[in-house]
Amino acid sequence: MTGMTTPSENVGFHARRTARWHAGEVVFWIVLIGCGLLFPSRYLIMTEILRIGLFALSLDLILGYAGIVSLGHAAFFGVGAYAAGLLALHGIVGEPVLALLVAGLAAAVLGFATSFLVIRGVDLTRLMVTLGIALLMEALAERFSNITGGTDGLQGIVMQPILGLFEFDLFGKTGFWYSVAVLFVMFLLARRIVHSPFGLSLRAIRNNPLRASAVGIPVNRRLVAVYTLAALYAGIAGGLFAQTTQLASLDVFSFERSADLVLVLVLGGTGYLYGGLIGAVVFKILQEFFSTITPQYWQFWIGLVLVTIVLIGRERLERWVMFVPRRAMRALRRSKAEGGGAT
Amino acid sequence: MTFLTILFDGVAYGMLLFVLACGLAVTLGLMNFVNLAHGAFAMAGGYVCAVLVNKMGWPFFAALPIAFLASALIGAVFERLLYRHLYDRSHLDQVLFSVGLVFMSVAAVDFIMGSSRVFIKLPEALQGQIDLFGVGIGRYRMMIIVICGLLTVALQLTLAKTRFGSRLRAAVDDPRVASGLGINVPQVFALTFAFGCGLAGFGGALSAEILGLDPHFPLKFMIYFLIVVTVGGSSSITGPFLASLLLGIGDVAGKYYLPKLGPFMIYTIMIVILIWRPNGLFGRTATR
Repeated sequence: MTGMTTPSENVGFHARRTARWHAGEVVFWIVLIGCGLLFPSRYLIMTEILRIGLFALSLDLILGYAGIVSLGHAAFFGVGAYAAGLLALHGIVGEPVLALLVAGLAAAVLGFATSFLVIRGVDLTRLMVTLGIALLMEALAERFSNITGGTDGLQGIVMQPILGLFEFDLFGKTGFWYSVAVLFVMFLLARRIVHSPFGLSLRAIRNNPLRASAVGIPVNRRLVAVYTLAALYAGIAGGLFAQTTQLASLDVFSFERSADLVLVLVLGGTGYLYGGLIGAVVFKILQEFFSTITPQYWQFWIGLVLVTIVLIGRERLERWVMFVPRRAMRALRRSKAEGGGAT
Repeated sequence: MTFLTILFDGVAYGMLLFVLACGLAVTLGLMNFVNLAHGAFAMAGGYVCAVLVNKMGWPFFAALPIAFLASALIGAVFERLLYRHLYDRSHLDQVLFSVGLVFMSVAAVDFIMGSSRVFIKLPEALQGQIDLFGVGIGRYRMMIIVICGLLTVALQLTLAKTRFGSRLRAAVDDPRVASGLGINVPQVFALTFAFGCGLAGFGGALSAEILGLDPHFPLKFMIYFLIVVTVGGSSSITGPFLASLLLGIGDVAGKYYLPKLGPFMIYTIMIVILIWRPNGLFGRTATR
């Protein structure tokens, strides 16, 4: 009976094996915390990186895992940002963590409502519908400028201490550690989800929706679920933005934000959770680098990066970048195996 | 402003959108290439025309064909160098590539021409209004309707009646069989792409007066071009034409009657139509 396993046990075994924490992942988080301790003068930019990372993680859930190309993910980011901003401004929910949850839920509600529009139709229609929804939200925010503050944005947001204990300070120290905590919690949740049978079924849908439905996966329901989840993540990223910068203006909905986000994810690689986080670091470094050369025209270089990535090909680029690390890993593994054989 | 004037302005606006977007109707609608950078070619034509008229003193009507040629040339170069490698890539790649091009064009034009809005000096004959049966009609808009109307008829005839038109339809329907019949498919695509870009440039030059011309043109009107194509469907040139007329009239009327709602109406209508008929209002049911 030892060799006989039921399919579900088999799936569970493999899922658990891939879900194990790797040494590299632990190193990643230690490096992240180390950065926070080592560079106290860079809190603001590091907070921004974390925020972009969380936002990109959200897009990765639908693009990398479910294969939905969205050009309007800023809609949810914006809803989250305005929700968090308004809650703090009017003192409805004073406590930031709770307000962040409410912001995420607000975005999730919008995500759930619009998911039915998005799952209908093919790639191009999806692209148009997501783009249209983001533009719609922007137009709405502009229309109700008495609530949103129009192009000037929400002003005079004052944040209360987190959990009643930690005051936001001028240097962004609290904001940074708060963002680290939020990102880590959200990451753990995402990690749990993508390694669950639910996550596996999403990947099946991405690879071939027709076959996925043939093996009994309810394709549309799964897509609705993951779209709503991604909206929740984007809403929390947006809420984090409003809370740490104490700002929310119309540009949270802008097309550039959605487009930049796709670039972030592509820079880091789609379909694995660290892609968004690594992409955020690379993107921010590139942006800083370009804006020191040509402050006004950094977008040109960002565009050039996009075009180059596509022309070279994403797969080929990944092979080049991973060439040295893969070699190193293989050598390490070989030496380990030899060492194990000798004893 | 009477109802008829609004209708007239809307038709002029719609015709203009059609000339701007009909190149995209072929690349996106027929060849299934998501080209978000179409507006950049239109902008190129607009700026070429502006430089010729304002700086070098060319007459407006002489500058229009040059705008067409310049954009067509840029389109041809880009198609041969870049676009043709991406025809069979995924939509995500095409989106990334064309968004990259948009960003580059916006920053480049900003760098060369400055970020403020550019006006093209119009000849005296095109300024002001004429009174036709009690309806105030702008001369410039009148000219747009005439030119764009003629262009549309010419395009429709080219597609339906000429040898090139049938080659294009064959190449789009099934590239493999078409090349098996001896049609040079890449050449047909390249010519079509260049011609579409040329039309966009022509439209860009015409539209400087109505839509405004500044470096953010490709981003601002991207959604409008996409609406024309996706709502119009890709079965013929009539679909996008009717869609652009609807969009033009709807937008002008919306701005006049419900100025507070802004572009809200247009986006809502677009989403509703796409949900109701994912292949467009006038599209065929089968997609490639």
